[in-house]
Amino acid sequence: MSGAGLEFLVTQLLNGLVYAMLLFLISAGLSLIFGLMKVVNLAHGSFYMLGAFFGLTLIRVTGSFWLAAAVAPVLAAAVGAILEASILRRVYRRGPLDQVLLTFGFTLIFYDLVKWIWGGDIQQMPTPPALVGTVAILGTTFPAYRLLLIVLGFVLAALMWLLLERTRYGALIRAGVDDSVTAAGLGLNVNRLFTAIFALGVGIAALGGVVAGPVMGLSPTMGSEILIVGFIVVVCGGMGSLAGAFASSLLIGEADTFGKAYLPDAAMFVIYLVMIIVLVMRPSGLLGRRQNA
Amino acid sequence: MPSAARPVAAWSLRLGGIAALVAAPLFLDQFLREMVTEVLIFGIFAMSLDLLIGYTGLVSFGHAMFFGLGAYATVLVAARLGFSPWLGILLGPVLAGAVAAAVGYFCVRASGIAFLMLTMAFSQLLYSVALKWRSVTGGSDGIGGLVRPRLAGLSFDDPLVMYYFVLPIFLAVTWGLFRLVASPLGHVFIGIRENEGRMRAIGFATGPYKLIAFVIAGCVAGLAGGLYGFYSGFVSADLLYWTSSGDVLIMTVLGGPGTLVGPVVGAAVYLFAKSMIGSFTQHWLLAVGVIFVCCVLFFNRGIYGTARALWRGSA
Repeated sequence: MSGAGLEFLVTQLLNGLVYAMLLFLISAGLSLIFGLMKVVNLAHGSFYMLGAFFGLTLIRVTGSFWLAAAVAPVLAAAVGAILEASILRRVYRRGPLDQVLLTFGFTLIFYDLVKWIWGGDIQQMPTPPALVGTVAILGTTFPAYRLLLIVLGFVLAALMWLLLERTRYGALIRAGVDDSVTAAGLGLNVNRLFTAIFALGVGIAALGGVVAGPVMGLSPTMGSEILIVGFIVVVCGGMGSLAGAFASSLLIGEADTFGKAYLPDAAMFVIYLVMIIVLVMRPSGLLGRRQNA
Repeated sequence: MPSAARPVAAWSLRLGGIAALVAAPLFLDQFLREMVTEVLIFGIFAMSLDLLIGYTGLVSFGHAMFFGLGAYATVLVAARLGFSPWLGILLGPVLAGAVAAAVGYFCVRASGIAFLMLTMAFSQLLYSVALKWRSVTGGSDGIGGLVRPRLAGLSFDDPLVMYYFVLPIFLAVTWGLFRLVASPLGHVFIGIRENEGRMRAIGFATGPYKLIAFVIAGCVAGLAGGLYGFYSGFVSADLLYWTSSGDVLIMTVLGGPGTLVGPVVGAAVYLFAKSMIGSFTQHWLLAVGVIFVCCVLFFNRGIYGTARALWRGSA
């Protein structure tokens, strides 16, 4: 392969990693929330969008991207926690249909509110000035900001793994995922745990929305677009598995990026194809446990 | 009310309803005639979803793919290939049924949430094809140019003719679906909804039955889509987007799943509310979202389901 071809390959590989990390930020929360509460949160994309628009306003007000990236997810997580504790909690005992419908209702409300407040046009978020340039890496040059996204994704994945596997809170969460009724019987405050995990998942998705802003642009439909891909990631990875979500994010992110580069006409097609292949071979996902439903 | 009088009351309600539908356009202006036609078409669509959600217990979030296929079949056959749109309307259910068989083969292996996600992903797959394959589908700009044929001197551009064309089809589908859910096959569907594990235990291979329900629902949705393509003369990839599947889900649940009549009521309420709310505010989705969330929280059985429970309670 010629040098230019190799360079193209490396650039695509890195672009795929960027996309994969954004997908991980969405799917980590989706997967955790499903694993713990058995709720398919269709509003998850809305929180991603909400994070991005909160971030946009914070940047305009304070002028600092980093402050926005720190505060916007907290605000979105607060909105999520309030929704979970006040409304979503009422339907846990009902079937999955009601939860899906309820969160679908949320997506309509959020879509319209965002369009109302911030307008329907695509908006650009400025790249933080410190990271505008490019960096030489693996024989090619790559935008510094995108490189930071890759690092951020890996760091967050590692932190979440540590939280789940190496801390007391993680043990509580895993107990809740395995059997929330028994965990409650053993004295675990399941309600508080649910709200905390919901807020955590929403906050991570909102952070994804903020950091995606300079790369992907902002619009009221950004939530529903990323949600579908996020679901594909979660289904392929195995619902409820964080490691599965990470592996699957890499697979789908790279598949999509290379699909767009080499088969531009079949771009979106590729990820659905990957999903179908994965599900036919492993119906419960890459790292999912068999569902005894 | 004495129990012997009940079937009489129920039958007079049914006949009254049919009579009202037959007579309705005579009292409506052209705009409302079109609205009611649209309600009937989306009523067929919502009833087909009810067969899955309300009777078989399969929550599909990709049902718009069959509707969209039917609509594309009609408009493509008529506007691009130059054949009669009647052929397209007939082709719609066949095409939708064939795709439902292929997609269903994978989807019915899953149940619950996994089924929902798989149906959603497959419909998005189709959407992405429709979006990219612009030479055939027109992408998000869509394709139009369907010329409605004349039949026995009647022009289908007249909303009245269109209404009386759609109404018998609507009544036939409604009758057919009621017969289906009352048949032994329908009882297997209901059994799967109630307890799939138990149905398997008493000897039903539930997979093929779920596939049958999925294909029938797909065919009927394809028919509704074909009628919609004929009615609007225009089709675009947006018909296949996952939020379109959400819209029909709202109609079904708003009206009352598991009743067949409910989803039609839901379609009527949804379309009329959209038109009314849309005429004085841009924030139609906000309104529908709030109403919908309240409905899920407080009126679990939907409009028709709640009304029927009240009527039976008082009877």
